[in-house]
Amino acid sequence: MRLLTHNMLSSNIKGVTNGFPLKIEVEKVVEKQVEINHDFLRNIFPKIDWKAFSDAARTMGYVELPEQAPDPSVLESDLDFLTKFHHALLELHLEEGALVCPETGRKFPVNKGIPNMLLHEDEV
Amino acid sequence: MELLALPDDGVPRLLLDIGCGSGLSGETITENGHQWIGLDISESMLNVALQNEVEGDLLLGDMGQGLGLRPGVIDGAISISAVQWLCNADKSSHEPRLRLKAFFGSLYRCLARGARAVLQVYPENIAQRELILSYAMRSGFAGGVVVDYPHSTKKRKEYLVLTCGPPSVSSAVPSGKGEDGESCSDDESSGDEENQTVCISDRHRPRKKQKVNKKGKGREWVLRKKDQMRRKGNVVPPDTKYTARKRKARF
Repeated sequence: MRLLTHNMLSSNIKGVTNGFPLKIEVEKVVEKQVEINHDFLRNIFPKIDWKAFSDAARTMGYVELPEQAPDPSVLESDLDFLTKFHHALLELHLEEGALVCPETGRKFPVNKGIPNMLLHEDEV
Repeated sequence: MELLALPDDGVPRLLLDIGCGSGLSGETITENGHQWIGLDISESMLNVALQNEVEGDLLLGDMGQGLGLRPGVIDGAISISAVQWLCNADKSSHEPRLRLKAFFGSLYRCLARGARAVLQVYPENIAQRELILSYAMRSGFAGGVVVDYPHSTKKRKEYLVLTCGPPSVSSAVPSGKGEDGESCSDDESSGDEENQTVCISDRHRPRKKQKVNKKGKGREWVLRKKDQMRRKGNVVPPDTKYTARKRKARF
């Protein structure tokens, strides 16, 4: 699972009002090379919740992202930043681990890179 | 099938594939240069997708429980023959109506304004399609059904084209029509639901009942058929007094 997906996911257990961001418990992280696409990065940037994103990247052991959301203007010029952004967003994969709902503490296990978001019947 | 989903070209976007299965449809998205997230309920199908080394991210989840996604982040959604499963109740706790409501509600929330969802469905009957459509409309989508090849049973495909946004943006539906024309289906019908129900015949229409009465077919019928076959040039045994005579009951 990439951080892109993590940034979009939230817990949808019944009664949970703020299921975002899911905390990450890391067991194994892998990196896969992906071709960089600047247009996509610029397009997706406004939709990323930066705090959740940089926190998640830190948990995964990638510390080079700034804590505060950078100004959108850097996207146009700063290639170095774009590369980092790209690396954290699309190339870091959480292979094994778990996602934890911030409110209820419910764990969603991640196996082979696939988070299991199935709910039990009483949580629907 | 892909053509309908994309709002405009150029920039790569983030799409959602609901019921991605082995990731076949996702590969098409990748070929078009977009990023995607796939959702499926079946772990084994997702494992197949892993072996295929698909580019998108995979989630194991049940769409009937709602999609756990942040509001407004997805640029478009596709789903190939998945939504009709919501109408089935596989467990006693499943209530199709609630599941449809949860699905469309959460889909509406997570789509960006103006984003489009294209759901290919194989509804079992008209009532089922109406049900799906009514829940889609209730959760705020605008749109309608587009049918490819309405007269062919095999190639016939139904798409639910839904646009996220206020229903007043009625331009959404006509554009669905136009696109269908472009995507070169030989015959099309879309838009008005009432027209739909007229031109759509049921996939599973009952076979024509053959007239079989208790006696079976009479001698007359057999002679006629044999004659037909002879005219076609087939080798047919000659007509005798035994032709079409009933066998004796042996036991």
